[in-house]
Amino acid sequence: MAAKSGAFRAAREEKSKQGSVAVDPATAAAPNLDRVIHERTRLAIVSALAVNASLTFNDLKQLLRVTDGNLSVHARKLEDSGYIACTKSFDGRMPKTEYRLTAPGRRALEKYLDHMEALIQATREG
Amino acid sequence: MVPLRPPPTQSRGPVALDDRARDNIRFIRETMERAGSFTAVSGWGGIAMGITALGAAVIASRQDSTLLWLITWMAEAAVAIGIALWTTYSKARSAGTTLFSGPGRRFVYSFAPPLFVGVLLTILLFRIGSISEVAGVWLLLYGTAVVAGGAFSIRIVPLMGLCFMVLGTMAIFCPPGWGNAFLGIGFGGLHVIFGAVIAGRYGG
Repeated sequence: MAAKSGAFRAAREEKSKQGSVAVDPATAAAPNLDRVIHERTRLAIVSALAVNASLTFNDLKQLLRVTDGNLSVHARKLEDSGYIACTKSFDGRMPKTEYRLTAPGRRALEKYLDHMEALIQATREG
Repeated sequence: MVPLRPPPTQSRGPVALDDRARDNIRFIRETMERAGSFTAVSGWGGIAMGITALGAAVIASRQDSTLLWLITWMAEAAVAIGIALWTTYSKARSAGTTLFSGPGRRFVYSFAPPLFVGVLLTILLFRIGSISEVAGVWLLLYGTAVVAGGAFSIRIVPLMGLCFMVLGTMAIFCPPGWGNAFLGIGFGGLHVIFGAVIAGRYGG
């Protein structure tokens, strides 16, 4: 099973690499921007997890008002980047997915905030 | 000769970038606030608790013995806990969260210890025959619980806790005979006032 999920993940990574080739024109002006965290839904997931030890899939879904598909795609991308960790368990017969922010994820958010502040600072000085 | 491209692109670019950066920071802050605070505190529950407490204050003031006075307030506490659990549970459920999601759990964990201390101090005061002094202790510890739990909730909640603590402080320095009135003002009046504000501003 581990091998299977490994292969699955590799395929997914390949796909996400292809996806990141396309440059978002709105953000092209800001170089070195962490694009994994820059996307709105992913930024919201990371921000919500920054103030909670852990949140379930359903907590996040209700909090961010996103669809199942949308949330799982973006959570997967964050997981692949090592920014969030995911544990799956069963709550009775219902599968329960729980997410928490990893140390690299917290650093990424801090770096992103610094980046935003630097942008504001730069315009103020210039 | 008039240039064909009058807008100075050098200054326009960075300003837009600057705005976007501000917007991103605001978005992060708002998400954190929404994700981090416990918003299931029910205003209607507060109003209901306040009304039963006002009733209890009237009934308690007519009791001849201290024991019956204490029992009246104990019964009111039980009723109030029931109302609080039920209204909070239903508000959390209608908002699609549970009482024990992240912020809700922290709210309960900070709220419970001061209440536990309050129960023990009540037993102690009863044992040493000073139960008539209990009003200040109750108001102060309930206030402490609300301030502590309120740190994870909307901002008006810790403010209510602070008002309870002020009343408790006053009760401690006033004659014990005023205790019942202080309890009525606190558990009755403050709950009704803050309950109404929460119900009006924060959706129930």
